Amino acid sequence: MAQEALEQITESPAELEKLYRQMVFIRHFEEKCNQVYRMGKAGGYLHVYIGMEATAVGWLSCLRSDDYIITAYRDHAQPLILGTDPVKIMCEIMGRQGGLSRGKGGSMHLYDLERGFFGGWGIVGGHLPLGAGLAFGSKYKGEDRVTLNFLGDGAANAGVFFETLNMAGLWDLPCIFIIENNEFAMGTRIEYHAADTELYKRGFPFGIKHERLDGMDLLQVRKDARRIIDYCRSESRPYVVEVMNYRFSGHGAADNDQTLYRTLEELEQAKLRDPIKLLEKVMIEQNLLNDEKIEAIEEEMVDEVQRIYEIADASPFPDVTEVYDNVYSDMEPEKGH
Amino acid sequence: MAATMTFRDAIRQTIIQEMEHDPNVFLMGEDIGRYQGTFRVTAGLFDRFRESRVLDTPITEPGIVGIATGAAMVGLRPIVEMMTMSFSILALDQIINHAAKAHYMTGGQATVPLVIRGPGGAANQLSAQHSHSMEGWYAHVPGLKVVAPSTPADAAGLLRASIRDNNPVIFTENPGLYGVKGEVPEDLNFTLPFGKARIAREGSDLTLVAYSRMVHVCESAAEQLAVEGISVEVVDVRSLLPLDMETINASVRKTHNAVVVYEDWRSGGFGAEIAARIGEECFDDLDAPVGRVGGLNVPMPYARVLELQCIPNDQDVIAAVRKLG
Repeated sequence: MAQEALEQITESPAELEKLYRQMVFIRHFEEKCNQVYRMGKAGGYLHVYIGMEATAVGWLSCLRSDDYIITAYRDHAQPLILGTDPVKIMCEIMGRQGGLSRGKGGSMHLYDLERGFFGGWGIVGGHLPLGAGLAFGSKYKGEDRVTLNFLGDGAANAGVFFETLNMAGLWDLPCIFIIENNEFAMGTRIEYHAADTELYKRGFPFGIKHERLDGMDLLQVRKDARRIIDYCRSESRPYVVEVMNYRFSGHGAADNDQTLYRTLEELEQAKLRDPIKLLEKVMIEQNLLNDEKIEAIEEEMVDEVQRIYEIADASPFPDVTEVYDNVYSDMEPEKGH
Repeated sequence: MAATMTFRDAIRQTIIQEMEHDPNVFLMGEDIGRYQGTFRVTAGLFDRFRESRVLDTPITEPGIVGIATGAAMVGLRPIVEMMTMSFSILALDQIINHAAKAHYMTGGQATVPLVIRGPGGAANQLSAQHSHSMEGWYAHVPGLKVVAPSTPADAAGLLRASIRDNNPVIFTENPGLYGVKGEVPEDLNFTLPFGKARIAREGSDLTLVAYSRMVHVCESAAEQLAVEGISVEVVDVRSLLPLDMETINASVRKTHNAVVVYEDWRSGGFGAEIAARIGEECFDDLDAPVGRVGGLNVPMPYARVLELQCIPNDQDVIAAVRKLG
């Protein structure tokens, strides 16, 4: 990075280290999740965020603590960044009583409403109007919260996305739609699923400001995020951003043959812009990191994730009587088969 | 104190009272504001509460229900009008897969105080795509509450309870009821509990079980059967989910005969569920198999003579009663 660019870094050394540690922590947490899945300790569907860390870390680190966040099923990173107890996250992923939803949700349905994290949804595109509804609620009550509404490039084709954009534009909802374009809707490359692959243009027909941004260089992500969040908060208006990132892992933990949709060469090429490596480079240039420290952090994170896993693995499964809890807020459903 | 008013006005008045009572209550729907509502249930509300609380929406049901669900999760109390419940088919994913499951999937962190209301069932020659009875579809879904009142008082009491409830509620209004008049309590806190059926007419020989407009059809049939000396009890279910089997069973145990009447397609409709439960729970008390009268299993036709053929009437009910022997 040029000296000029380095001087533009507004983050303090302590902040940079915190952000770096978050990304490394997510990487190791997610690797553990894949492992947990392969060991048969987690079931269902499980989707990790490996390779995409700079997007969530960058955007969420620019929020105010009372803002709202909602996403689809690739949802482990967000609560980790927001400070949710990682043991509760791992417990939920492993279907344990100590999980965020006491084992009712699983990997795809993590929630921490106290921290503004509204999940965690499994139907592609289905959560997008919910996110706009959070923003609607803020606006209705006269609050200046902003909602980050994450979606993948696959969800950008969903009909309900267009409906939601229309209402967000119509009612000026302070909602930022962040299309994480990792180039694949599951195993279908963007050229095969989108008539126009410049997804940021989805905002245009609805009079919503829109642009395409990088999602791999954390410091650039944060610059863009600050600017756009400030705009949406002060103007109380929506925004559509297409963030270009890439997942280094499969679509889900059960995605066993990635060669069906991409080559190893392509993956290696993408890894040249590994968000962790990009930040490492800057921090080394700033004398904030060296090989020794990188290794120490790495080791610390591996141990920490192992500790989290072991606590979760020792935690009890839900009591079978809990199956009836939380169907309704004020009554039990009918019982029995 | 009570005032006489139509079913439509009972709903309208309750909405106004609840909007005045709680600033978090607001309305969303297609043509409900400036246009005054297709069935005029929301007439005058736009002028009264302005566009911040009476939102004319685009014609995009999934988006409307989704935004309302999100708003409900942060403390608002949206009332969504479906222009007809038939259109809620477009929003099934939002209703079933999002609103109904949010409380469960979050382990109780999120609540969704949402009311989805609108005309359900046949109106007058609206034909195949606008005449669905959706209540049985929704009563299948854990996490939803489903009510289908038949009188202005029940509409007022159940709607207020629905708006104040912290769970998503489907509130269905048969369009044939909008003009029906009745007494409505003036108490601003008048609510009726979910899961409580009503004895609409007392009798000793046979129980007719129905909800929504079919209660009136059953009352008419009962009136005619009384002339022949057959004493018919009519149970108005009112609340499909939760369902008050206790009241239904008590009636059947008294009369030993039951016919379930519903406007929805006969096959797989909610009446089949009630009939099955009576069979399970009152087998020893029954003198005959539980009878069932439902809508014809065809898409709703346009021609009035064909449409009337599809919707159960008092003669269909009387014929089913006679079949019991």
